[in-house]
Amino acid sequence: MRALNRKLFRDLFALKGQAAAIAAVIASGVMTLIISVSTLDALSLTQQRFYQDYHFADVFADLKRAPDSLTERLREIPGVNQVETRVQAPVRMEVPGFADPVRGLLLSIPDGRQPVLNQLHLREGRLPDSGRSDQVAISDAFAEAHALRAGDGLRVIINGRMTTLRVSGVVLSPEFIYQIAPTDLLPDYERYGILWMNRRALAHAYGMDGAFNNVVVSLQAGATSAAVIDHLDRLLARYGGIGAYGREDQPSHRFLHEELRQLRAQAVILPTIFLLVSAFLLNVVMGRIIRSQREQVAVLKAFGYRNRDIAAHYGMLTGLIVLAGCALGVGLGVWAGTHLAAIYTEYFRFPELRFRLQAWVLVLAVAVAAGAAMLGTLRSVWSSVSLPPAEAMRPEPPARFRRSLLERVVPDRWLDQGTRIVLRNLGRHPAKAGLSVLGIAMSVGLLVMGAYQIGAVNHMLDTQYRLVLRMDVHLTFSDPTPARVAAELRHQPGVLGVETYRSVPVRLLAGHREYRTAIQGLDERPRLRQLLDAGRQPQSLPPEGLLLTGYLARDLGLEVGDSVQVEVLEGHRRTVRLPLVGVVDEPLGVSAYMRRDALNRMMREGPVVSGAWLLVDRSLEPALFERLWDLPGVAGIGMIADAERNIREYMGDTILMFALVFVLLAGSIAFAVVYNNARIAFAERARELATLQVLGYSRAEVSAILVGEIMALTVVALPVGWAIGTGFAWALNQAFSMDMFRIPLVLTPGAYGFATAAVLAASAVAAVLVVRRLHRLDKVSVLKAVE
Amino acid sequence: MVFETRGLTKTYRMGEVEIHALRGVDLDLYAAELVVMLGASGSGKSTLLNIMGGLDTATGGRVRYRDQDLTRASDHALTEFRRDHVGFVFQFYNLIASLTARENVAIVTDISRHPMAPEEALGLVGLEDRLDHFPSQLSGGEQQRVAIARAIAKQPAVLLCDEPTGALDSKTGIRVLEALEHINREMQTTVAIITHNEVIGEMADRVVRLHDGRVVDIHTNAQRRAPAELHW
Repeated sequence: MRALNRKLFRDLFALKGQAAAIAAVIASGVMTLIISVSTLDALSLTQQRFYQDYHFADVFADLKRAPDSLTERLREIPGVNQVETRVQAPVRMEVPGFADPVRGLLLSIPDGRQPVLNQLHLREGRLPDSGRSDQVAISDAFAEAHALRAGDGLRVIINGRMTTLRVSGVVLSPEFIYQIAPTDLLPDYERYGILWMNRRALAHAYGMDGAFNNVVVSLQAGATSAAVIDHLDRLLARYGGIGAYGREDQPSHRFLHEELRQLRAQAVILPTIFLLVSAFLLNVVMGRIIRSQREQVAVLKAFGYRNRDIAAHYGMLTGLIVLAGCALGVGLGVWAGTHLAAIYTEYFRFPELRFRLQAWVLVLAVAVAAGAAMLGTLRSVWSSVSLPPAEAMRPEPPARFRRSLLERVVPDRWLDQGTRIVLRNLGRHPAKAGLSVLGIAMSVGLLVMGAYQIGAVNHMLDTQYRLVLRMDVHLTFSDPTPARVAAELRHQPGVLGVETYRSVPVRLLAGHREYRTAIQGLDERPRLRQLLDAGRQPQSLPPEGLLLTGYLARDLGLEVGDSVQVEVLEGHRRTVRLPLVGVVDEPLGVSAYMRRDALNRMMREGPVVSGAWLLVDRSLEPALFERLWDLPGVAGIGMIADAERNIREYMGDTILMFALVFVLLAGSIAFAVVYNNARIAFAERARELATLQVLGYSRAEVSAILVGEIMALTVVALPVGWAIGTGFAWALNQAFSMDMFRIPLVLTPGAYGFATAAVLAASAVAAVLVVRRLHRLDKVSVLKAVE
Repeated sequence: MVFETRGLTKTYRMGEVEIHALRGVDLDLYAAELVVMLGASGSGKSTLLNIMGGLDTATGGRVRYRDQDLTRASDHALTEFRRDHVGFVFQFYNLIASLTARENVAIVTDISRHPMAPEEALGLVGLEDRLDHFPSQLSGGEQQRVAIARAIAKQPAVLLCDEPTGALDSKTGIRVLEALEHINREMQTTVAIITHNEVIGEMADRVVRLHDGRVVDIHTNAQRRAPAELHW
């Protein structure tokens, strides 16, 4: 081995603490990059393949009932490629050994064969046999939740009639990758399932012989969905169509799309932050290492080593640190990515989603890390080789010092010599001190951001489940039901309070922007489903006019007082204009609200409702559910407590998990920055500090000078870090605002306190480590050594 | 003739002070001779040595090595010149602390055209049994002898020594001078030694005195004295 390479390894060994700290930060960057990019890649690729192989439809439409003869006319719509008409029926189920109410959606498939569009992927068993009316294929998530296998029995209530069906197979569908009940935000596989049954059998059971109530179509290459949707809407209007929609409004696709969007943001933001910090650290550390080897560089050059040899030498030193960081990052990335893929398969049901590390991702990660490292090291290497050897061998000119600003302000007698040394050291290289402050501030900022995520998610869920949704049970009816049903519900066992609502699917249009949602018609002052104003106080509904979720109003570019065009997608399908009279502050979901009586008038109908919210005595729940299931027209029973538990689990699995990892990484950065700073400060001052000890300063007094410098930098960095963290939180809040939920920009003092405490702790550990080094310092040898 | 300088001047800045290190130096060095350059600190002798060795460039005047003009040589040309022709010995040894004696020599033989083995070079300075010691495990004299071994291992035409005994006691210093004298005699290497110690001049072929950036006297010794006969 060449002698220079030996020097490389020995230098690296001597720097092991600092090198490890930097490698850890690089590893963090590489890890987040690998996780985000690989997951993003795996998800989009799997999605694409699943859609393609199983012929996922482009446009979807629900309607009341249309004769099969209409199918031909649908096929003739310009731009339409294939058409699949279906019968779909909301059902209730009883699963052996499971007490809670279970809802489901039963969809038809052609007798004994795969449909043309939205084909099924068989996990187990087979599709229902041709001609059989007692077999169903069930979604794999539902099967898994209840441990159902092919051959098991299931009791299903279709159109009020209970039948026992046998599971023929377990399947996956591109239509239900993300499988949620219509009113839910998150999957609940135990309480909601999708089933597929032969068309003739289902049509017969649901009273749809010779007819269909759902259609999906695929588009020809080059056709746009908007034109086809328009055409479909015109054709289906008289058959009770409630508006066709494209993939972007298809719930499963929409959620998956949002998730991919989030991942894309993550894939850019997080690795950038970590790699910038490591570039910064490398810059500081390599700069000082090279400066401390100024004379060695001069000797090497004196003996004829070329600039490029020396540059390569230090380049390799950096390279080895980067390599170690990359190796660690790749290992951690693969490990975490595998776990993340497992979490994703829980929420997104694909035939196969496997974490795989693609060569290009690996190359990208290493290239980005090496690029960051180069950015950090280039300047130091350059300045070391560009110095003529004779000059490099001359001792550095005595450093120029001057009285610091603070000294000029503060009276002399308040400052002891130690404080003076600290102030002048910092003041001597304001740029260097500034960079150190920035580095520490960055880690404070990252910690504030991590703590913000954790705090804000809890704040969001508390708002939703303590202030907005105050009911225990949510009932939906299969058809609009006379409002007097409330009186009947009030007499059910354990019911403490009842409120009813009307829900109408609409398309909101403002300028060229539009959004599909439902208008909820509520009581004047709803108590079980509160509408909060900007001050988080419940507001009451004015007699006329529309309220929108604030996020939706902004999205549509609307302000209070503007008028909104509302296209009703049910019944008469009129288009009306309504004034926007208020906005609602709510963190989950987006919706439109108005008074129920006004909505009934707009629909030209009597006082009818679509569902009810109940406040119940939990101890009487089993009895209540038994009665509710027997009420005619109840399509679904949702329990808010279950929904809350689900969403908290989801948040815990995804966002909070990420935030926790983030906090750990940010903590390690804080430590790396502070420790490196402290070590370098120590190396630069060892002689000075030894001199002071020889002059009779106690260890404690000398330590105070060193620690004072660390702490001074940290204290200055804290407020800067709070500001940076607030900025990070704002950016995150913007990137993560979506239909499903919006994490509020709520920064509690706790978040700042946590970040502050963590960085102070990191500084304290770094200080202790350096002070221990100081105590081991051999004063005499340091003083004898030549500068 | 190995070196020829004419009207050599050098000024540089040190902190806020401008230093006129050389104020016009005319000097010739011949093949295989041993020259001692005497002068007080600040007389410009180190600067002269650095410019001749291609470690630094002159502000004015001219310097030639054999038929090569070093005055306007590029950084690259100077590097090649040092690599192929010059060995340096410094007052404070400038060994690399993380490398052993053998490795400190190897760092030069690794890049030389016709090097001797590091062990052989260390043998020439009497350190054959200290090959695997780190600088921190060697005495000052031993460290300086490693530095000499490092300088001669590439078999340079010129050996430039800047205060090689400056940090050593007289007994150790004499051992170091013996090593230099041995190299000069056995390998016909031109050796230039900078010192402020008058006594060392007695072992030289010629003694050059510098004062305030100028050559003030050149004296040729009738007879070289062996280092062992020197006392200070």
